[in-house]
Amino acid sequence: MENRPLEYDYTIAKLWMFMTIVLGIVGMLIGVILAWELAFPSVNLIAGEGLAEFTNFSRLRPLHTDAVIFGFTVSGIMATWFYVGQRVLKVSMAESKFLMVTAKLQFALYLLAVVAIVGSLLLGITTSKEYAEFEWPIDILIVVIWVLFGIQIFGLIGIRREKSLYISVWYYIATFLGIAMLYLFNNMEVPTALVSGAGAWYHSVSMYAGTNDALVQWWYGHNAVAFGFTVPIVAMIYYFLPKESGQAVYSYKLSLLAFWGLMFVYLWAGGHHLLFSTVPDWMQTMGSVFSVVLILPSWGSAINMLLTMKGEWNQVATNPLIKFMVLASTFYMFSTLEGPIQAIKSVNALAHFTDWIVGHVHDGVLGWVSFMIIAALLHMAPRVYKREIYSKSLMNTQFWIQTLGVVLYFTSMWIAGITQGMMWRAHDEFGNLAYSFIDTVTVLHPYYTIRAVGGTLYFLGMFMWAWNMYKTATAGRRVEESELQSASPMAA
Amino acid sequence: MFHWLEKHPFFFAVAVFVTIAFAGLIENLPNFAEASQPTIGTKPYSTLELAGRHVYIKNSCNACHSQLIRPFKSETDRYGHYSLSGEYAYDRPFLWGSKRTGPDLMRVGNYRTTDWHENHMKDPAAIVPGSIMPAYRWMFKNLADIDTAYAEQVTVNKVFNVPYNKPIPMTDGGTATVKLAGSLDGAKADALAEAKMIAADMKDQDVKDMVANGQVPEIVALIAYLNSLK
Repeated sequence: MENRPLEYDYTIAKLWMFMTIVLGIVGMLIGVILAWELAFPSVNLIAGEGLAEFTNFSRLRPLHTDAVIFGFTVSGIMATWFYVGQRVLKVSMAESKFLMVTAKLQFALYLLAVVAIVGSLLLGITTSKEYAEFEWPIDILIVVIWVLFGIQIFGLIGIRREKSLYISVWYYIATFLGIAMLYLFNNMEVPTALVSGAGAWYHSVSMYAGTNDALVQWWYGHNAVAFGFTVPIVAMIYYFLPKESGQAVYSYKLSLLAFWGLMFVYLWAGGHHLLFSTVPDWMQTMGSVFSVVLILPSWGSAINMLLTMKGEWNQVATNPLIKFMVLASTFYMFSTLEGPIQAIKSVNALAHFTDWIVGHVHDGVLGWVSFMIIAALLHMAPRVYKREIYSKSLMNTQFWIQTLGVVLYFTSMWIAGITQGMMWRAHDEFGNLAYSFIDTVTVLHPYYTIRAVGGTLYFLGMFMWAWNMYKTATAGRRVEESELQSASPMAA
Repeated sequence: MFHWLEKHPFFFAVAVFVTIAFAGLIENLPNFAEASQPTIGTKPYSTLELAGRHVYIKNSCNACHSQLIRPFKSETDRYGHYSLSGEYAYDRPFLWGSKRTGPDLMRVGNYRTTDWHENHMKDPAAIVPGSIMPAYRWMFKNLADIDTAYAEQVTVNKVFNVPYNKPIPMTDGGTATVKLAGSLDGAKADALAEAKMIAADMKDQDVKDMVANGQVPEIVALIAYLNSLK
């Protein structure tokens, strides 16, 4: 038996950390441009009339969602996996040549996919299904990348020293399986050039038609949120919050209940995207009911995390990383309460198709997902680079600027969405529609402007984060891993 | 049991997979078993309409416009009869959308004309003051991809049995037939003939000239598609 602690290999984690920051900034920059385009349509011509086709809202919008989901978030999942995985399984990446090679291959193919996706979406090569816009050649590439991720997970598990899988690993496994299943089934398509011998080689047609296509798409769309935005981020908080705070997870039983509950319930809830549509009524009802049930497992994890801080709440005042993570947990609870409320049929009748939904997505992604990824990478940086965090006060400033950004974002979108919904349905005393559609557009201008300001603030925070990470890697005070075991390394 | 699972990753993964796959089986399969039958009067898309649908998809029009009328008085007042499942029988992919930044387009063919669409795509705010829709001027120059539209027609006809060249029952008791040309050249000729009828109602001289020269700009195909939405 060796006595000295394991030396973990962070070569791959570093690559993904870099990718997370770059794609986070790119994805949110596009988001900010989109927000300003909605408030001031002339921004659509930001690069002039000649390039309008490529800077137009409609071309950038899928690029924004995909860059944030598959760029920023998935990179964050990878970055944390290649850090957390080694540590909780007590094994170093360096011990397996095979894993190192496949991990590098995975990263290289991912870069290729990023280039292909950006290029094709700007050119308008899309299947139009939300978060599944890629045509079949890219889909195949993504499947290969994902299989390689599976090899990483199960490969490392295969050579582990720690026999029992820590909670975070449960969630990473679920992420892998969930996305694999959803992605495969939703992207079933027939390449038209192969069948007909004519037309664009990359073009395909969906295997499913109409109502069935919608059903599969939202089974995918909702659960891409589950296994991209919920499950892996829970994996992160289960590792990073106890580690950073030096507290044990509050309740193992609650972790179990929340995990298996989430696995079982989440998939049923996709139907809430299709309320009052042409899918069978019983499915709509199931979607609605299970969405409400979903509060239980979601709040289970969040409460477990908040209770982990029991007796240690003073850390919130002194450690900005704890602040990020506690707020992330709070936003998770908030978002998983808001979602079920929107899934109640009568509320959905008002909220669906409006900006309230956009607000909901963003309080989840900005408040929960991004805050957690930001905190995770800031926790990792000193351990990966063996240097102290460059600036604690910059972290604090970033926290407050981004929090203000999120609050402006979701409050303005709530007001916008509810206003819009109420105006669409308003009838005058003779039973005629009270407003024309354009009235419901122009009234939103102030809220769209506030949203754009909020988004811009959040985006500024991303730069502070990137700067802090860069300076930590290059100019932070050197520090040994052993010094970091018990204390959180903070510069004054 | 859970402690045991946590020490046996393979069985753990199987247990997770079964748990998550369960809901999909229960919720998705029944609807697939009774794949939606087209309602009377629902026709497959012609080559030009399908090329226009591709323009619609290429520019993510579905990011801001829905094609799903919900069964509420306010929506049927504004857009027309609420959506029926069978009306989407030939929609691959579906284009219901998830956000209405602009109005629903499910039945836009009933209340907007070729002329209106033409002006609106050129300068939306000039036609609807206060509109935040950007202009789509490149559609007046780019050529529609008739080849790919034809490729898709052939594919859905072969693989999914979409009834081209067959009589389709209409609401007035008669039938209609949507033609699938036997060759790519035939499809191009059919699409051009249809494009000429659309261009006749348009004002843009460049577009008229292009169509007269045998070319089909994207805007013509798009309008053919929008006009077919009824």
